[in-house]
Amino acid sequence: MLQQRDYTTSQLDVLEAEAIHIMREVAAEFERPCLLFSGGKDSIVMLRIAEKAFWPAPIPFPLMHIDTGHNFPEVLEFRDRRSEELGARLVVALVQDSIDAGRVAEETGRRASRNRLQTTTLLDAIEDNEFDAVFGGARRDEEKARAKERVFSFRDEFGQWDPKNQRPELWNLYNARIRKGEHIRVFPLSNWTELDIWDYIRREGIEIPSIYFAHTRSVFERDGMLLADSEFVTRGDDEPVFEAVVRYRTVGDLTITGAVQSTAATVEAIIEEIAATRLTERGATRADDRSSEAAMEDRKREGYF
Amino acid sequence: MDILRFATAGSVDDGKSTLIGRLLFDSKAIFEDQLEAVERTSRDRGTEYTDLSLLTDGLRAEREQGITIDVAYRYFATPRRKFIIADTPGHIQYTRNMVTGASTADLAIILIDARKGVLEQSRRHAFLTSLLRVPHLVLAVNKMDLVDYSQERFEEIREEFTSFASKLNVSDLTFIPISALHGDNVVSRSENTPWYQGSSLLHHLENVHIASDRNLVDVRFPVQYVIRPQKATDPAFHDYRGYAGQVAGGVLKPGDEVLHLPSGLATRIASIDTFDGPVEEAFPPMSVTLRLEDDIDISRGDMICRPNNQPQAAQELEAMVCWMTDAVKLAPRSKLTIKHTTRTARALVRDVHYRLDVNTLHRDETATALGLNEIGRVSLRVTHPLFVDEYSRNRLTGGFILVEEGSNTTVGAGMIVDARG
Repeated sequence: MLQQRDYTTSQLDVLEAEAIHIMREVAAEFERPCLLFSGGKDSIVMLRIAEKAFWPAPIPFPLMHIDTGHNFPEVLEFRDRRSEELGARLVVALVQDSIDAGRVAEETGRRASRNRLQTTTLLDAIEDNEFDAVFGGARRDEEKARAKERVFSFRDEFGQWDPKNQRPELWNLYNARIRKGEHIRVFPLSNWTELDIWDYIRREGIEIPSIYFAHTRSVFERDGMLLADSEFVTRGDDEPVFEAVVRYRTVGDLTITGAVQSTAATVEAIIEEIAATRLTERGATRADDRSSEAAMEDRKREGYF
Repeated sequence: MDILRFATAGSVDDGKSTLIGRLLFDSKAIFEDQLEAVERTSRDRGTEYTDLSLLTDGLRAEREQGITIDVAYRYFATPRRKFIIADTPGHIQYTRNMVTGASTADLAIILIDARKGVLEQSRRHAFLTSLLRVPHLVLAVNKMDLVDYSQERFEEIREEFTSFASKLNVSDLTFIPISALHGDNVVSRSENTPWYQGSSLLHHLENVHIASDRNLVDVRFPVQYVIRPQKATDPAFHDYRGYAGQVAGGVLKPGDEVLHLPSGLATRIASIDTFDGPVEEAFPPMSVTLRLEDDIDISRGDMICRPNNQPQAAQELEAMVCWMTDAVKLAPRSKLTIKHTTRTARALVRDVHYRLDVNTLHRDETATALGLNEIGRVSLRVTHPLFVDEYSRNRLTGGFILVEEGSNTTVGAGMIVDARG
């Protein structure tokens, strides 16, 4: 007898199944993939998907972090602990090494940041390790240049992205063909939104670094954002430090990542807060995207994450 | 909450960006900082109104030229559903983008300007939607405010389009009179169209039934990756051998008799595994790992199906192909790489039977090649068998891409019409 059964699949299950499919395609078709793992929430979710995609086998590729040297210690601790728990190899590429080698020059002044320098470190690390596929946790809802990027995003031998010359992507068929020296950036979370990420973290009970939750921190205000006071930033006299209860919506280099005032201490409270917010996560917390309308597009063209 | 993926076709003139802007805005998916950026740019350019198309045109070249050149993906959610919009430009030179956006769509919205009626481009969009077998089509008759919300005008357009659509394979066609600018029938039913008894657009998007659009009849499991944890920390997994993949059709259950292709050997499903534990059934679009009762030599690119319901193992393919590059033409004797499910082979073009005029549906049988954005019927021979179904039966086992071997770019999208050993 034919049973009446509803085969509706929840949005998180659809997104997870799609991301697992993408990860397995990469593992099957590339020689040397790696997964960018910063300890931020998107890369944490990506890592969980990788665990699921290959279980009961271990994740068949190393993790890599581009460390600006200006990261939150809580996040670095989390990064190391999580990699060890999974028994994964972690490659850490240091922006400081690129500076010492004369590959890039440290910016100076009040707005000095190592954000843009990361691109060189990243591309050098990809080349040195001969990685041919690099998983990133970027989502299309983050930024309008990203809204047009493919899941398999081709990079030439200079690591450049050419937005006008992208490979068409149909059905669930991904074109993995490249020549030596080129690589593909792969974004398994392309179709996830910020809220999907948090819903998934809640559903899966995934651990995340403490700075995502409300805590008291010494901060100062710049461009309407709250930046952490640290040895890595140069403050002006008009930028007094004060204590505030904050949390981070995104986790990046601490010189450019703003905190939001919040008392959300649990994943549930964060989800409630995000559902009600009227600012995008990058608009609220990333100085790097505010410099111009095409800031992200320009950095991506050069080979940024 | 499930996901509906829909494609929108039309140009700025049809009010497509306004419609998307309104759906995003009314569902609170546009944020203040995005809106401010758009308002600032509109002001800088001297535009009098807030140009919502700036939200969707993400690339510098698009903003400079005021055009959309690529598929943009947008996201919004209501308490009932999450929505993924593939926003595709409507110009003829972007046929390949519309084909791309439609390939994964559950539904397509075609916008028509109520003053202009059914244009050549509307017919093109409808044809592409049916070629790609998008299961649900919505014809949004926009700018109803500019025709005084005339029922007569709406019916006229409905009749004209219905008569054209009868030549196509459109199974579910819905007409909705809207004004994207004023919001009539977009989120809620409008008082301006008391003669219209149907749903608002958003209500339709929230409620259209899509779960049964996926093929749940023909079991198709393309093997994607073999999981053999040789260094498993847990000794229980030393002899583990699982076949990982995403279900492309049918419903699989432990104990089911299945058949492996190309070997033709039958066995049973021992278990359906996931990281979260074994499951009692697997169906599209689940990504799972199958363990089988017997040891069969199985690798990536193979297919698992049912003994009494098998795909065609084919080396001769008849397909409708959309060509996506201007670097070379698709012509007899072209050699390309073909990717179908998880299997990759080489393909030789044997014949181009005809080129289809996407506006008139006229078949030009004198054509000998396909250029950029052209669609035609093509015969291919492939180096080793692919396990295929007709595209109309299963989009995942009936679709393929063609890759040019010099540049490695994706140059064609194919939909299988017929296949032989």
